[in-house]
Amino acid sequence: MKITEAASERHVLAVMVDNEPGILAKITGLFTARGYNIDSLTVADISEDHAVSRITIVTNGPPQVIDQIEAQLERLVPVHKVTDLTTAGPHVERELALIKVTGTGEKRVEALRLADIFRARPVDTTTESFIFEITGPPDKVDSFIALMRELGLVEVGRTGIVGMIRGAEGA
Amino acid sequence: MSASPHSASTQSAPLSGAAILVQCLVEQGVEFVFGYPGGAVLPIYDELFGDAKGPGHIRHILVRHEAGAIHAAEGYARATGKPGVALVTSGPGATNAITGIADAWMDSIPLVVITGQVPTALIGTDAFQEADTIGITRHCTKHNYLVKDPADLAATIKEAFLIATTGRPGPVVIDIPKDVQIAVPSQRRALARAGAHRYAPQTVAPPEQIVEAVELIANAQAPIFYTGGGVINSGPEASRLLRQLQDITGAPVTSTLMGLGAFPSQHPDWLGMLGMHGTYEANMAMNKADVMVCIGARFDDRVTGRLDAFSPGSKKIHIDIDRSSINKTVPVDMGIVGDCGTVLAQLIEAWGNRQAQDLGEWKARIAGWRARECLAYPERSAKHPGMIMPQKAVERLYALTHQRSPIITTEVGQHQMWAAQYFGFEDPNKWLTSGGLGTMGYGLPAAIGAQLGHPDALVIDIAGEASIQMNIQELGTASQYRLPVKVFILNNEYMGMVRQWQELTYESRYSNSYSDSLPDFVRLAEAYGWKGIRIHDESELDEGIAAMLAHDGPVMVDCLVAQDANCLPMIPSGAAHTEMMLYGDTVEGTMDDEAKALV
Ligand SMILES: Cc1ncc(C[n+]2csc(CCOP(=O)(O)OP(=O)(O)O)c2C)c(N)n1
Ligand SMILES: [Mg+2]
Repeated sequence: MKITEAASERHVLAVMVDNEPGILAKITGLFTARGYNIDSLTVADISEDHAVSRITIVTNGPPQVIDQIEAQLERLVPVHKVTDLTTAGPHVERELALIKVTGTGEKRVEALRLADIFRARPVDTTTESFIFEITGPPDKVDSFIALMRELGLVEVGRTGIVGMIRGAEGA
Repeated sequence: MSASPHSASTQSAPLSGAAILVQCLVEQGVEFVFGYPGGAVLPIYDELFGDAKGPGHIRHILVRHEAGAIHAAEGYARATGKPGVALVTSGPGATNAITGIADAWMDSIPLVVITGQVPTALIGTDAFQEADTIGITRHCTKHNYLVKDPADLAATIKEAFLIATTGRPGPVVIDIPKDVQIAVPSQRRALARAGAHRYAPQTVAPPEQIVEAVELIANAQAPIFYTGGGVINSGPEASRLLRQLQDITGAPVTSTLMGLGAFPSQHPDWLGMLGMHGTYEANMAMNKADVMVCIGARFDDRVTGRLDAFSPGSKKIHIDIDRSSINKTVPVDMGIVGDCGTVLAQLIEAWGNRQAQDLGEWKARIAGWRARECLAYPERSAKHPGMIMPQKAVERLYALTHQRSPIITTEVGQHQMWAAQYFGFEDPNKWLTSGGLGTMGYGLPAAIGAQLGHPDALVIDIAGEASIQMNIQELGTASQYRLPVKVFILNNEYMGMVRQWQELTYESRYSNSYSDSLPDFVRLAEAYGWKGIRIHDESELDEGIAAMLAHDGPVMVDCLVAQDANCLPMIPSGAAHTEMMLYGDTVEGTMDDEAKALV
């Protein structure tokens, strides 16, 4: 018996929610219960009175599933608004990563040189290690990490992305 | 704490959390609370004790198991259109309620379920009778709350009722720790997070969509209305409007299991139920229609059969209050988000005084399919020629009761499908069945809830001998409150629906589907103070039903029926609407793994 899967596309969703207990469990639980994918998820309180959080979810699935994800999210009582940044038009995506690299001699110099090209900043330094901070679109972060892998990468921490529509309009 | 909740509605005397709860329930117009006490709800029970003396008081209905409380609340809700309210204790009380909550979630039944919780300080410590009720019910409720501050109670309860009853209805759980029930808040807070951005179901459709939909319907040569539980949930006015729209357009109507009663079964354009055990004419018409208007239904797999063969040539309009139902499984040409009743009224208005198309040719094709008489079952069972055919029993029950416009509940299985096929409904809110979850044990407690909501109505649970045992303890509840509900068991000594599938898929290897060691239902009924009647053969059928109706207390009828009867027509899982099995076809066989994997 064969198990079928359809072709996927990647979408970035910005979800505004009431900042109430259990909301994150509601959202992640919805994804697991209905078999949707989460590539990354970030969440933080964004309003002055701490009443609203913005959750950025990177997901993938066939177009019909993406539409369902949005509709299912909108159905949750604490969800105010779901914006699909991918279909809304040009948008900015940023992610922050901390990357620890150890090494001495030539490798260490090369790591620092590459960091400079990628505008990654050393935020902690010892004689045999760096922690670099890098911010950028996820593919830039990916490339930097790939390069560091060859130069003594020990640890990576990534935030997952946040995104925003370009131009004057709010989401 | 001295003031009764009623005299305190001026908010003069400070009230405890439990008293606020009871006061809020009274304000919401709650007549009945279906519940079961325990440690974590004792403060609320004490308030109810006090409340019982007041005017317009809430009646607490003590069930025998929390599952019964939820199904009774569902039955009450479904029969009256009002929200059902249940009250259970923490831990096992709450977990016993889960099946019913999930049932209400699947069938969009408005419920407010209050669960006790251990005191806030003990939450998370594996305290006695602690369960993570909020976690467990998160995905089978429309919304749920843990109230940690009594100042939030009043606003929470108000929002809970709003959410349960508006938009697409559903169950809402309010989990209240015991200390919150006891504490006396110095103030009442509005919910910090309220307002339209939070919860605002769209009920009215955009006018341009209405114009376009009317155009499509008006130009159809072969239109069909496919209606569902949403029409019932929208209220009786929606059923009236459906009839009106049908009248001006002439389109034939079919319905899901949940939607029965929205359109009268005696109407010439009624096609019967569609789907797996629907009629041949309904399924053929769905398959051949050129415009299909789905009103408050959700393209369930029991309805569509094989998706790629589902109504292949039709333009599809889907009206639903829940936008996530649209394009979920079947892509439609036009998704209209709105309340069924409101949108039907919009369509009727936009239709104006147009003339309907001549649908003569379409109706003639339908008449051809009808002539197949798909519900004509064999007169006699092959193995037990002396036994009553179960279909016959339902037909006679219908014939002898329909003037009284009874409320019918069911359990789950063949008997449920036979009830749907052979019992006719002329009005909404008369048919209460567990459709989405398919919960055996639903029917008896649901009948109890319905009877409380309609004390003068004839309420009958059409049951199977296996299902009825799942909540048999509720016989005691009916006795206690003197509710004259009737349970009519189609006793085929099998989990008939399971047996039928085993015949179809597993070459009649009847693994564990025989109902062995059955109780003597007549004596069981009598033990609970019910009247018990047994019907052995056809000569006793009408007489037995008459005796059931003549008794003004609760009656359980054990109607022995042919064990080998199968429920047809049937679209096997994964087959197309045009591939129905009909009476006379061979049922026994096997299937490949692809087909076996389908439910
Ligand atoms: C709680 C629950 N458990 C199991 C099932 C699976 N199931 C569906 S129908 C059925 C048999 C029901 O037997 P009975 O009540 O005698 O009805 P019949 O089909 O014989 O009319 C079973 C076990 C179910 N629907 N619900
Ligand atoms: Mg049975």
